[in-house]
Amino acid sequence: MTEVSVAKEDVAATGDLVVLKSVNKHFGALHVLQDIDLTIARGEVVVVIGPSGSGKSTLCRTINRLETIDSGSITIDGKPLPHEGKELARLRADVGMVFQSFNLFAHKTVLENVTLGQVKVRKKDKKAAEERARALLDRVGVGAQAEKYPAQLSGGQQQRVAIARALAMEPKVMLFDEPTSALDPEMINEVLEVMQQLARDGMTMIVVTHEMGFARSAANRVVFMADGRIVEQASPDQFFSNPRSDRAKDFLSKILHH
Amino acid sequence: MFDFLSNYDDPSLLGAFWVTVQLTVFSAVGSLVWGTLLAAMRVSPVPLMRGFGTAYVNLVRNIPLTVIIVFTSLGLADIFGVTMGARDDFDLMYFRLAVLGLVAYTAAFVCEAIRSGINTVPVGQAEAARALGLNFGQVLRLVVLPQAFRSVIGPLANVLIALTKNTTVAATIGVAEAAFLMKGMIENEAQTLLIGAVFAFGFVVLTLPTGLFLNWLSKRLAVKR
Repeated sequence: MTEVSVAKEDVAATGDLVVLKSVNKHFGALHVLQDIDLTIARGEVVVVIGPSGSGKSTLCRTINRLETIDSGSITIDGKPLPHEGKELARLRADVGMVFQSFNLFAHKTVLENVTLGQVKVRKKDKKAAEERARALLDRVGVGAQAEKYPAQLSGGQQQRVAIARALAMEPKVMLFDEPTSALDPEMINEVLEVMQQLARDGMTMIVVTHEMGFARSAANRVVFMADGRIVEQASPDQFFSNPRSDRAKDFLSKILHH
Repeated sequence: MFDFLSNYDDPSLLGAFWVTVQLTVFSAVGSLVWGTLLAAMRVSPVPLMRGFGTAYVNLVRNIPLTVIIVFTSLGLADIFGVTMGARDDFDLMYFRLAVLGLVAYTAAFVCEAIRSGINTVPVGQAEAARALGLNFGQVLRLVVLPQAFRSVIGPLANVLIALTKNTTVAATIGVAEAAFLMKGMIENEAQTLLIGAVFAFGFVVLTLPTGLFLNWLSKRLAVKR
């Protein structure tokens, strides 16, 4: 039994972790995701960029089914995304998510935020969970704030706690939905540094962002979306120096010239 | 001036108010539990539960409490033979029937107060909880309801004060609480105004501190965002 699952892991380790096939989604009349095909390999860092309203946040949220899709398929580690219920909860535990607005649990301390999922979902005992939480909080540089409440922290600190909270579940893949868009400029770097470290450590990451610097330095691949479609995919070097599509050229000319 | 009060010792004035307090406490606990469950139903993803919660609230809160309390006696007890485990003790049986009626009625208001509290919790809180792999019950119990409760302590205090005063309706089925005693006194004594003042004061003594305490508590426990 154990051997079988180990063998399966080995096969999966060489393959693709997240696969989206002809995914479509509508918000009313708006066709927000149009025939999206996207494959993310284990250990890969994919940055999704594009103008506002292009569907990149929605794409990110469909991967752990915070948004449902109308057609197509999404598989994670070889398993299709289950419907609402126990199976889905189990899968979500394996997919870390970091939100634009942090979404730390406002009535719980920083430490409790990071232990909650470990204790209630992973069924770890409290002491082991706290140990891991403190180690992670130290790793993202907010260890000294463990006993505080989220509202007492700066935005940058809150977002780093949110990253620690997601990492505490030992996820297979991390989703970042515009993690720096709600931050004051001077706090963006402290969050990006944590993400860069994570990328260097080999975490599989899907990052929706407007931070082109991060895309250049940390991404293996840039996915450019516009109007609900993936318009272009390339390595960061190639994409930023020599975009192929007009839409990407137009987008880059607007954001890189000021 | 208050000599007439000494004519009453079964129940005495304090004894009658003690029954009022007991009615209030049992009904408050019961309606908090039942009201929370109703609120959970009203926000659940299961359409059948949502439908039941909505139907219950809209039916029960629009029926006069007197009708509900009288129904527990003439309907549940007399027609359906519900004795609430107290077949031989009529006082206890009607006390329990009154609590049942008060819980059924008050829970509808508790449910709506809690539901409005749930609506004050940003949707991102529940999303973050779901993203960690918590199931619906855990999301509600661990993340949403604790924040919702803190934001509705004020409205719940209103419901509790209303409940305290609503316990007087139990007199209609013969529960010997404060209003029951008052009715007896008014029939027997001449000092009608004084009797009214005594009982009004009694209820203010019960409800005023409750309101002040819960108001203080709601400020203390408010969730900072």
